[in-house]
Amino acid sequence: MLIAATLAILVVMFLAFIRGYIGPTFYDRILAVNMFGTKTVLFICLLGFVMGRPEFLDIAMVYALINFISVIAILRYSGSFDERRPPGNRKSIGRDV
Amino acid sequence: MDVIISSIGGLFLLLGGIIAIIGGIGVLRFPDFYTRMHAAGVGDTLVTGLILVGLILQMPEWLVVIKLIIILFMTLFINPTSSHALTKTAFQNGLLPVLHKKEEANKGDAGPSTR
Amino acid sequence: MLLCVAVAIVRMKDLLAVVMLLGVYGLLSASFFVTMDAVDVAFTEASVGAGISTVLMLTTIAMTGRNESAPPYKHLLALVLVVMTGALLVYGTMDMPYFGFAEAPANLHVAPRYIQDSMAEVGVPNLVTAVLASYRGFDTFGEVMVIFTAGLGVLALLGLAKPPKDGDAEIDLLHDKLHEQHLVLRVVCKMLIPFILLFALYVQFHGDFGPGGGFQAGVIFAAAIILYGMLFGLSTARRVINQPLVLLLSGIGAMLYGMVGVVSMLKGGDFLDYSVLLSDPIAGQHLGILLIELGVGITVASVMVIIFFNFAGRIEYLQRKRSRDKQG
Repeated sequence: MLIAATLAILVVMFLAFIRGYIGPTFYDRILAVNMFGTKTVLFICLLGFVMGRPEFLDIAMVYALINFISVIAILRYSGSFDERRPPGNRKSIGRDV
Repeated sequence: MDVIISSIGGLFLLLGGIIAIIGGIGVLRFPDFYTRMHAAGVGDTLVTGLILVGLILQMPEWLVVIKLIIILFMTLFINPTSSHALTKTAFQNGLLPVLHKKEEANKGDAGPSTR
Repeated sequence: MLLCVAVAIVRMKDLLAVVMLLGVYGLLSASFFVTMDAVDVAFTEASVGAGISTVLMLTTIAMTGRNESAPPYKHLLALVLVVMTGALLVYGTMDMPYFGFAEAPANLHVAPRYIQDSMAEVGVPNLVTAVLASYRGFDTFGEVMVIFTAGLGVLALLGLAKPPKDGDAEIDLLHDKLHEQHLVLRVVCKMLIPFILLFALYVQFHGDFGPGGGFQAGVIFAAAIILYGMLFGLSTARRVINQPLVLLLSGIGAMLYGMVGVVSMLKGGDFLDYSVLLSDPIAGQHLGILLIELGVGITVASVMVIIFFNFAGRIEYLQRKRSRDKQG
């Protein structure tokens, strides 16, 4: 059961990466990276149980915090945090910001 | 008794894995950023909850249970907050959701729901 | 999957997406290390490679520009050279023993001594910390000096970003805008930052028993301060974290490490020989490892904070100049 869940999480990590590569707008890519990070936290927890070494939970905790801080940093420094722009064509949103 | 609790935990793990794959397929197939945000945000938090509860029910020692509970609470705080921040930033920068069906978008690029 | 991510990084031209993919690469490496049962390395890779590097590179790109210009011609000669060098390196590794081979020289002489004797000589359950801090303490001293030099290099090249004397009203306006727009984020971060700091302290002092140690703890501590600085504005963060104090602390950490070595010399042992620090050698080892890990943590945290405040100060200056040009 643990191994099945681990493999499922691995598949989802790959799917999130595909969305990160394709995603037409910039925000799709941030979404994909955020999802990848959350799934990595789960992957490390499950690996810890599969391999019988519960020390991995410290890494999972660090990773959850670092993922959050990275997403906030991306939003803050992408030039779109503290401005309001008028609604526009989706194509220009993806390239501009 | 331990076997029953472990197998209920295994059931949670299996359910978490299945919902994770459904969420992943959703992120790939939904047509718009905001719908993908639903799949990713809600799916992520739910899957994390299920899998961590499933791991707690495998009855490890008490320090591991405490750490798992801490990760669970942290994720319950952090995941919705980052989804909120991302969606709010996207909306304030003008990304609009796809509202009408594709046939109506042929009226021209002036409408808000162009692809 | 590492190969797919690497190819995607090379092919993409949008540098923000490249930075995010670098974060993904760091994560994948951390998971890979976890599957190979190398817990401390995975910890350091997760915190440094996937976390702080992403944040610092994002601040750099916010200053330099977002898109990579296309090269004027294709570098075929460079590609051929790189492929040939890579092939020669792979050919060279074919002579090395297999991964985990029991008869390899590294596993015959060095590793059994560490595994068998470290508990008796050093007394610390985590073997990696024992090797890093006690047996190879001099190399770790070099690592701390490298981090300190990196901080010095940033300060020497970019100078101290002085807080502006004028424009306090502008900063307050900016902060009010940030506050009204991102209230949820601010409140949640206010609740989270104490726990992140506490977790950093836990990782610092738990390095003897589990994965952790000075480097990872310093990075997590700096991450908490960076989070505060990003969301509440740099001027507020500068009032909370005194800039001259942080500059002083980065030097103090490296000096603490060196002083432990000098004190052990003064007490009659070699440089960085912790057994002579106290009357009981094992207790001396514990004290020595505690002090040097503290020094490492202090230096790493303060250097990361210095670099972040320097970069972010410039970004705020550029943003304010841009908004002032737009208004006037």
